[in-house]
Amino acid sequence: MEKKRAREKKEKEYPKTSVVLKVFRANRISGQPPHYDSIEVPVQRWTTVLDALLQAKQYKDPSISIRYSCRMATCGSCGMKINGIPRLACYTKVSELEGSTITVEPLSNFPHIRDLVADFSQFFSHHKRVKPFIENSEADIADPGTLTEFVQRPEDLDKFLQFSYCIKCGLCYSACPTVATDTKFPGPQALSQAYRYFADNRDTGSKERLDNVDERHGIWRCHFAGSCSVVCPKGVDPALGIQLLRGHLLGFSSNEKKIAEKKERLKRD
Amino acid sequence: MAMLKESQIMKIHYVTAIGALIVVAVHIMMRIIMPYSMSLEYGNVIANYHNIPYAILLESILVLIAIHGFNGLRVILLELRQSKAWEDGVTILTIVAMMAVVAYGTRTILVAQGLGFE
Repeated sequence: MEKKRAREKKEKEYPKTSVVLKVFRANRISGQPPHYDSIEVPVQRWTTVLDALLQAKQYKDPSISIRYSCRMATCGSCGMKINGIPRLACYTKVSELEGSTITVEPLSNFPHIRDLVADFSQFFSHHKRVKPFIENSEADIADPGTLTEFVQRPEDLDKFLQFSYCIKCGLCYSACPTVATDTKFPGPQALSQAYRYFADNRDTGSKERLDNVDERHGIWRCHFAGSCSVVCPKGVDPALGIQLLRGHLLGFSSNEKKIAEKKERLKRD
Repeated sequence: MAMLKESQIMKIHYVTAIGALIVVAVHIMMRIIMPYSMSLEYGNVIANYHNIPYAILLESILVLIAIHGFNGLRVILLELRQSKAWEDGVTILTIVAMMAVVAYGTRTILVAQGLGFE
């Protein structure tokens, strides 16, 4: 996968005036069997795969199902496998892809709904399970008079900033080889978010978060293939977050507050 | 069911791997101080078992590799299915198998040393 990406980056641009979209079509509910439809669409230098798909939907086959929203790699809705690699359709230009045929398929490791649309409910339930929000026992929002500012230095922010760029597009989850075999595995997205909130110095509620990832199907089942970090469109490195969180669970973390919290947790258990 | 947290189990897993690397390295070095065929001669093998520090080394290789190996097997099998019964079954099975291998290996070392079990 990395080699293919590197080759595409190196050669940069493949000028073309039209491409054939090979679109995966299936509808499990109505019993439509899986097959591929080939649709030729005209393209410009700046046409993205999403533009090409919308062109095909508007002028050739209005029944193609696609999920999309912002068209600027911010909402994370248009994740799909493009030429076998999980990517955002709105962030992938047709001209950067090799060949004149582009294969588009729904993301792997997600239950399929229809055509290019996958079901994200399992993915989001893993995400919710790691408590992706800041918990602070000192913050009392019931009494506005006691609200205080939680000071954070730039160095504190640097510890987790890259992980906060996650847009929950599911590309890392789709690329993960462990998720492919173990549906209970939280996946790179949820685990890197667990690290993001764990590393945040404003958060004091990591106990439950760590308990949820430190289990049989939790963080230790990561094979460290690193494909999650390769496919992330926002430059997040989920594999790094997983290793840093593992390091903390093994006692290599230098964060004194978190070490004290862990000792207390082990004492209670 | 879980008596240890997964992080504690994995700590044991990594420590036994490092320990096994060290003791197996010593074991290999002890084997290559003489020609390989000579080291497998009956008299030499029995002499090795009668050497208490070497017998302790063999026992530690047995224990470390059994713990590391059977936990590795447990981890692989856990990924095959996701149900509580399967997870508990795999955990119990691998622990029992590990104990059986350690017990049988320990018996072999003791017998070769001439300590009972004639």
